[in-house]
Order: sequence, then structure tokens, then C-alpha cells
Amino acid sequence: MGEHALGSLVEMTLFVLMIALAVYIARLRSLFAAAMLFGIFSLLSAGMLTLMDAVDVAFTEAAVGAGISTVLILGALGLTTSEEAPPRKHGWTALLVVSATGLMLIYGTLDLPVYGDPNAPIHQHVAPHYLKDSVDEIGIPNVVTSVLASYRGYDTFGETTVILTAAVGAILLLGPRTGRTRKEDDDGEGSQ
Amino acid sequence: MSDSPIKMRVRETVILRVVGKALVPFILLFALYVQFHGDYGPGGGFQAGVIFAAGLILYALIFGLDSLREAIPQVVVEIGIALGTLLYGGVGVVSMIMGGEFLHYGVLDHHNPVHGQHLGILLVELGVGITVAFVMVAIFYAFAGRSRQ
Repeated sequence: MGEHALGSLVEMTLFVLMIALAVYIARLRSLFAAAMLFGIFSLLSAGMLTLMDAVDVAFTEAAVGAGISTVLILGALGLTTSEEAPPRKHGWTALLVVSATGLMLIYGTLDLPVYGDPNAPIHQHVAPHYLKDSVDEIGIPNVVTSVLASYRGYDTFGETTVILTAAVGAILLLGPRTGRTRKEDDDGEGSQ
Repeated sequence: MSDSPIKMRVRETVILRVVGKALVPFILLFALYVQFHGDYGPGGGFQAGVIFAAGLILYALIFGLDSLREAIPQVVVEIGIALGTLLYGGVGVVSMIMGGEFLHYGVLDHHNPVHGQHLGILLVELGVGITVAFVMVAIFYAFAGRSRQ
């Protein structure tokens, strides 16, 4: 029980830090600072996922969120300015839409099973089979790898294709053969 | 503040160059560990690919984009992103040829389906790793290659 209480305390601290960070990032005008803080945000969510025993996902979040995407955002900042333009007016409509969507999402979570509930539908479908039989059928200890690469190999193939498509898109839009030279980028390519 | 202060200062800092040079091989080695240890611990092709690319991008940030382009030209990157996906799909096609369904690795070894699964997962994860690593480098090239001088 003591360990559980400590776990909840760490979880709550991480949650509070993430919310505080999100609010702070939303109020920041410096995009450079925001990019850096997003990295810290990803690191905090990686910690959160580790507490949920989802180490594979936490690993990915730390590597992609805190590592690669920070570099890519910095690269994108290099093409524009690193200061956000001051807003022209207060977007009350936007606030209304966002609040309404948020309330609907919270209403939607009321139907979800309690966090960690072993009787939740997600734990009743194929998960018991994977956990019980994957060592005999696949023969490797990491069930996550068994599910990703073998049981759900078709989905992972699709995901790999999505990543391939992302690179093809980036190469076609921004790559060396887009026909525009570096000098031309300086005018008219900014965010405003 | 544009990107130029970052790049300029990074390249002038001796400590960063020395530490970076020492770190990059270990990051790449760690990526390979994550790649091939994914069956036994957390990790797998995707994470390994991202870490491998992170090591390469760190190299580019410290020693300049042109040094990395010299080591890994654009052509290699473009072949690499396709090669990984091709390897993944190829394993699926081979398993069909050998009498199973698409991506049914059990048929890859006639004597022991579990060994077939091992082989299939190893190759498929390798395909994911190759694609992800080169995709990250390709996207980095696409962004960084357009930076103002």
C-alpha cells in the first residue's frame, strides 16, 4: 500500500508539472523557449508512461518527443522567426469552441472504465491470449515485441509505410529537388 | 534570434566537439543494442531507428550538415527509407511463397515454427529500424538543408 501511495504521489506531481508546463508554453511568445519546453514536456510524459509500466512507449516518447522532434522544430524555426507574432485580437470564439470540445471529451471519459481496472474490455479480448500463450507461440520474452512484430505485424507494416510516406512528403516538399534555391526562401516563406 | 547563433556557437565550442565526437559512436552502438535486444527488453526497430538517427543528427549539429551529407549522401538516405519497408514486405511475401499467410513467420522454418517467428521478427524489426533511421535523417536533411546561410 505504501508503495502504491508513493506511486500516486509521483504520478500527481508529474501531472501537475505537465499541466503547469502546458499553460506556461501556451502563454510563451518565444518559440525557441517553447520548443525546448516541449522537450521537457515529452520527458515528463515519458516518466508518466514508465509509471504505467509501458516502458516501450516511454522509450519511444523520450526518443521521439524529447529528442528528434525538438531538433526538427528547431530546424523549422531556422526557416521562420523564433518569436510568435502578437495576436491581432482575442479569439473568444476559439475559446468557446475549445472549451465546448474539452467539456465533451471529459463527458466522454465518464463512460470509460476506471484506470487500471482489470475487467476493462481491453483486458478481456485478446490480451489474455497474448500474455499466456505468446511465449509458446512466438518464444520471445517481450510480449510487446511479439504483439507488434508478429500478432499485429500487418499493422506495424502499415505504420512503417506511414513513416516512409512522411519522409517522401518531406523530400518532395522541402527536399533538394524542389527547384527553389536557398536564397529565394528568404522572401515570402515566413509564417506571417 | 535565428538558427545561426546555435550553429555558430556549437561549432566553435571545443568541449562540445570533443564530447560529441566521443558520444556519437556510443549512441550508435546503443541504437544497435536496442535494435537487437528488443526481443528481451524494452525497445525494438522504431526506437533503435530513432536513436540511431539522433546520433547522426547530433553529429550534424556539431560538425555541420555538410559533414553528415558527406558520410551519408541524400541518395543513400532515399534508398534506405525504401529498403527497410521493402525488407518488411519482403518477409511477408517470402512467408506467402513458403506456404503461409502474408507475414506469417512460422512457416519460415519448416522444423520449428517458433524459430521461424524469431527469424521473422528479427528481419521485420530490422526493416523498421532501417526505415525509421533513414526517414528521420531524410526529414532532418529536408529542414536543415533549407536553413538560411
